[in-house]
Formats: sequence, C-alpha cells, structure tokens
Amino acid sequence: MIEAYFPIFVLFIFALITPVVMLLIPKIVAKREPTPIKDAAYECGIPAEGDARERFPIKFYLIAILFLLFDLEAVFLYPWAYIYKKLGLFGLIEMGVFITILLVGYIYVIKKGALKWQ
Amino acid sequence: MYMAIFILFAIMSIAGAIMVITLKSPVSSAIALIFVLCCIAGLFALMGALFMAALQVIVYAGAIMVLFLFIIMLLNLKDEILGEDEKKVTRVFGSILGIAFLLEIGFFVRRALTVGSESLMYPVPEQFASIEVISTGLFTKFLFAFEITSVLLLVAIIGAIMLSKGEGKTEY
Amino acid sequence: MIEIPFINLAVIYPEIAIFTASVIVLLVDLFMKGEKQGTLSTITMLGFAAAAIIASRQWFHFETGFSDALIADNFALVFKLLFCAAGVLTLFLSVHYLNREKIFRGEYFFLILSSTVGMMILASANELITAFLGLEVMSVPLYLLAGYDKKKLLSNEAALKYFLMGAFASGILIYGIAFVYGNLGTTNFDEIYRALQGKTLYGEPLLLLGLGLILIGFSFKTAFVPFHSWVPDVYVGTPTPATAFFSIAPKAAGFAILFRLLFKAFAPMMPDITGILWVLAVLTMFAGNLIAIAQRNIKRMLAYSSIAHAGYILIALTTGTADGAKAAILYLLAYTAMNVGAFGIVILLGREGEKDLSIAGYSGLSRRHPIAAAAMALFMFSLAGIPPTAGFIGKFYIFRGAVSAGFIWLAILGVVNSLISVYYYLRVIVIMYMKPEAESDRVITYPLSLMVAIILAAWGTVQIGIFPNSWLNLVRDSVSGFF
Repeated sequence: MIEAYFPIFVLFIFALITPVVMLLIPKIVAKREPTPIKDAAYECGIPAEGDARERFPIKFYLIAILFLLFDLEAVFLYPWAYIYKKLGLFGLIEMGVFITILLVGYIYVIKKGALKWQ
Repeated sequence: MYMAIFILFAIMSIAGAIMVITLKSPVSSAIALIFVLCCIAGLFALMGALFMAALQVIVYAGAIMVLFLFIIMLLNLKDEILGEDEKKVTRVFGSILGIAFLLEIGFFVRRALTVGSESLMYPVPEQFASIEVISTGLFTKFLFAFEITSVLLLVAIIGAIMLSKGEGKTEY
Repeated sequence: MIEIPFINLAVIYPEIAIFTASVIVLLVDLFMKGEKQGTLSTITMLGFAAAAIIASRQWFHFETGFSDALIADNFALVFKLLFCAAGVLTLFLSVHYLNREKIFRGEYFFLILSSTVGMMILASANELITAFLGLEVMSVPLYLLAGYDKKKLLSNEAALKYFLMGAFASGILIYGIAFVYGNLGTTNFDEIYRALQGKTLYGEPLLLLGLGLILIGFSFKTAFVPFHSWVPDVYVGTPTPATAFFSIAPKAAGFAILFRLLFKAFAPMMPDITGILWVLAVLTMFAGNLIAIAQRNIKRMLAYSSIAHAGYILIALTTGTADGAKAAILYLLAYTAMNVGAFGIVILLGREGEKDLSIAGYSGLSRRHPIAAAAMALFMFSLAGIPPTAGFIGKFYIFRGAVSAGFIWLAILGVVNSLISVYYYLRVIVIMYMKPEAESDRVITYPLSLMVAIILAAWGTVQIGIFPNSWLNLVRDSVSGFF
C-alpha cells in the first residue's frame, strides 16, 4: 500500500533538490562584482531609509493564530467525514456539539472585530 | 529499500533539527524547522500512518510555522536587545542538560531492548494509525477527548483576542 | 456500522453546568450594553452553585461514562465541590479588586469558569489523554489570568513565565504518556492497573521513564521543588484574587489526578516510587519554608508558603494509604479556607496599583484596623498550624497518617518544617500587634463582597478547627470506593 506513495517520495526529493541546485548554480557560475549602488534595495528611485526588518503589527499575529485555531477545527472534519456514514446520526450530533462550541468563539471573534483591519 | 528511506529521513530530520538550533537568524531556523517537520511526516508515512503524515504537513508545516514566522517578525529581536552576557552560560548549561537527557533516554531505550519485555519489538500493525483507526477511536472511545478539544480551542481563541486586541488605541 | 459507545452524560453534569455558565457569561458580555458586572458575577455564581448542587446530589452514585474515560466517584465529587467553593470565594474576592484596579472585563469570569471545567475534568479523569486535555483546559485560562492586567509589566512577565514553563511541562507530560502507552498499549487507568500486574518498575525501563516524565509534568503544575521556579514571579504579577485562585484550585486539581494516578493506575508500582516522593516532599517543604523567611513582600511570602503546603500534602501522597488520601483532602479543604482568607486581607489592605504589599507596611495595624488585623492573625495562626484552627487539624491528620504508615522520619521532618514556618507567619502577627504604627495614608473601606469572602474563610478556618467531626466524615465518605 505504501509503495503506491512512492511517487510522492520522489516528488519530495525533487522538491528538495531543485531549490538547492537553483541556489548553488548562480554561486558557481555568476560573476560577482558588488558595488554599494548594486547592493542597494533599489538601484534607482528614492534612497532606502532605515531597516527593512520593521516590527510587524500584532494584527498579523492575530490573524495567523485565528487561522491556526480554525484550521485545527477543520482537521477534525477529515476523519469525521471518513466514517460519517458509519456513525450516522450519532456522528452528526457529535460534530454538532463540537462546532457549536467553536461557533461561540466565532461569534466572539466577529463581535470583537478581530477580523477587521483597521 | 524501506530501511534506506528510513535512514535518509532520519538523518535529514536530525540534521535539520541541529540547523534549527545553530542557525543565526530566527527566520532561517524556522525554515529549517519546516524541513524537519516534513521529514517527520515522511517517517510517519513510512510507518503507514498516512493521515498523520498529512496532518503533520497541514497543521505543523503549514499553519503553525506561519504563526512562528509572524511571531518572529512581531518580536523582531535583534542581538543587541538580547544581550550577550548570559548567552554563553545558558548555552553551555543548556547543552549539558540536553545531552544528559538524550543519554538518559538512550540508556532507557537500550535497556528496554535488552531486559524489558518484547513489547518494543512488535512489527508495526497492519492498520497502524490509518485514518480508519484514528477516526473510529476518536469518535467512539475517545469521544470525550474530542469534544473537550473544542473547549480548549474556544479558550485559545478568546485568549488570543483578549491579549492582542487593545482597547481603543492600539499600542505597538 | 460502528457500535455507539456508552456515554452517560451524568458523569459530566457539573462540567456542563459550569461550561454553560461560561458561555452565557461570554455572550452576555458581548451583547449586553451598559453596566454588566453585577449580571456577569451573578451568572458565574449561579453556574458554580448549580455545579455544586449537582455534584452533591451525585454523592455515592459512582457514575462512569465515555468508555470509562471519566469517573464521578466521591473522590472526584469532593474535589469538584472544592473547586466550586474556591471559585465562589475567588469571585467574592474579585469584584471589589477589579473595580479598584479598573481592570474589569467580562472575560475574567469566563476564564475562571473555563479553568474550573478543566479542573473538574482532571479530578474525574480515568484516562491519561483525558487527564492531559483537562490539564490544558485548566492551564490555558490560568496563563491568561496571570496576564490579565495587560497594562502592567509584572503581569506580562507572570503570564509569559507561567506560559513557557507550563508549555514545557505539558510537553514533558505528553512525552511520558507516550512512553507509558507505548509500553502498556493503553491509557485507561483500570487497564493500566491490570497490565501492570506482575511487572516491576525497574524491569520496565520505558515505563519507568514514562512515569517519571508524567510525574515531572504534574509536579510543575502543583509546584513541587525543584519544579517551582515559576511560582513566586507568577504569584506576584498575577492580580491578587487570581493569585488566591492559583494557590488553591489548580493545586488541588493536580493532587486529585496524582492521587488517582498513583493510588489506582500505578498502585502496583507505588512501593518503587515512594522513595522519589519522599525526597520531593522533603525538598518541597524545606525550600518553601526556608525561602519564605527571607521574603518582604506578602504575596511573595504566601507564594513560598503555598509551595511548603504542597510539601505537606505530598507527605500524605507518599504514604500511599487511604488515611493519607483522607488527610490530604482535609488539608486541601482547610488550606482553601485559610489561604483565601489571607489573600482576602491582602486585597483589603492593598491599594490601587497593587501598592502596600510589603509586610513591614502592616506594622501597628492592630490599632487602626483591629478587625482586619485580628482576621489576618487568625489566618496566619491557621497557616502555621496552631490549634484550634483548620491548619492544625489538617497537619495533625497528615502527620498521624505518615506515622501509622511507618514514615516516622517524614513526619518528624514535617513537624520541623511546621516549626520553621511558625517563624514567618508569626512575624506578620508581631509586626501587626507589637510594632509602632507605620506612617501610612492607608484608608480601608470594607466592601461587602470582600467581607463575605473573608467571613466565609474565617468561618471555615474555625469550623474545621473546632468541629472537625463532620468534615472527617465527609473525607471518609469521599475516599469510599476509591480503595
């Protein structure tokens, strides 16, 4: 059975090798003669100011963690969908309780405006 | 063949883990961690736990690593903020403790292989961690654990918003 | 078709009551306009009351459910009642405090309630995964409570320290569970007990490793030395009513699961691990008491004292007998009363911005505020274990249990520690009664809710101390069916 997934393994290996090779080739082949102007973020236009690594607002984090939590919720749906037919009504009630509890969290998210970008 | 793939994934995951803790930039560490998690997914798949492998990629390598990167960028710690003085002490002390812990576990596992019951030597069962087994267990025997997970997620949602949502003015 | 498992919702009725209350609190907080603190605290109170009534009506029912993942025997129920009591008392402590510090938000009640849900699950858990999830449901709200006062740096520090330590402890715990499951093939306590028959802990290295990691995981939560380093900073940074809650309820929950784990699931291994517990108990008592002597901040002193008290209860755990379990429950009940009282007085004497927390600042208190000073003296006497207070009765039964189980040295070390602790508890009383009055513009108001909490705590302290019989009957019933 696992043999059927061999192509995925091959894909994994290729996915690994491709970027490594792509990064290595310019290192070997390309000529490098850096000048301060070449190293600047933009070679023309307004001169760069300050650090590129600015602190991110916490809003990004909030979105990320909410995505993670609802992603985890969705993960439970896969095995449930797999045996849904066997569980029947019982399974529906189980998942109903689960989703209802999380729905409270969703109402909280909406009402607090956590998804609004302002 | 199995053994070869196993060893490949095992070496890659350990090498990746070493990179996670030795690389200078936290973002590179996070990328190395994604690599480790993918390798662990490969190890799961080798044991036939394909669902676990998929979860590993979806949840860990996907969602949790995105969160990690956002947090790294949110904190944006620089060396001058972290300070140099106590770094060395914690590093040395931490590595001693870590190596001791590793040796300890190695010792226990070795002893288990020699003196313990043969329970360690079972071959992987046919249906090991297949989606069939996981879903049946999750929705019957471990039903309560499944339902209480939603409470945990609810608390986490509220906590995240409570801590990160400022009242009125945003302060950052 | 899959066989539908045996559920029996009755086993989680108290949890359902509390959880429903928490959801209602959350929704009311979201949708209600205007002044809502009264409504929210009433709902919270009703939730606790409902859960307590349900739990007391299930006395001697011995419900099990969810494929034996949960069990509601008297042992679990007495802890559920304790959590309800702790929750209600914390509520009384909180109302005035939250207004004074101007940090009232509806989520506070939600966090107290949902944390209680986790504790109740922990007390009922008859299976490792359920216990783990109960622990998480308990801990996550506690991390948030520690960081509740967002504008204060100390509170942020407390939350971060508690969270990081707690997350590592959870990791260690789940690692241990994995080893036990890998060795025995089950996570259910009854099945673990059966699977352990005829095995020795030292013949099964992975089991030893697993059990060790599980013990470390829970030791973080109950703050045994050397897993206590987070306690002082967390207790100081956390809003004071929440600190009172921290020092009682999660600790009791940790002991509940430790008792069930060690006396039921790992009972065959108990003789092998008493040595470890013995050392932990002695370390915890000595470190807690000796460091408490040096403290100048009352919250920090109470933090170290709570570590020491965990050490006394650990003596009861070490004995491994029914008498030990009974003594531990009695001690936890007594500790709840006296510690809530002590923190109540700290809140009463504090001022906005968590000021006036130094012990030296209490000097001469008896002259200006005789009632507060007298109440504080009562709680300090009780914490020190001086008769006729609850603390004395608790310690007496713990030490008696240890002696009758043959742990004479442990009992002696316990008594020595009690004597050490008398020093720093009595110092508070001496400062209050015998030192000249400190220059202070301290103005004390006596808010009703806070007074209710202190009076209830004082009543409990005296009641257990003078009329222990009904309480002894309660703890005797609570371990029936457990042994």
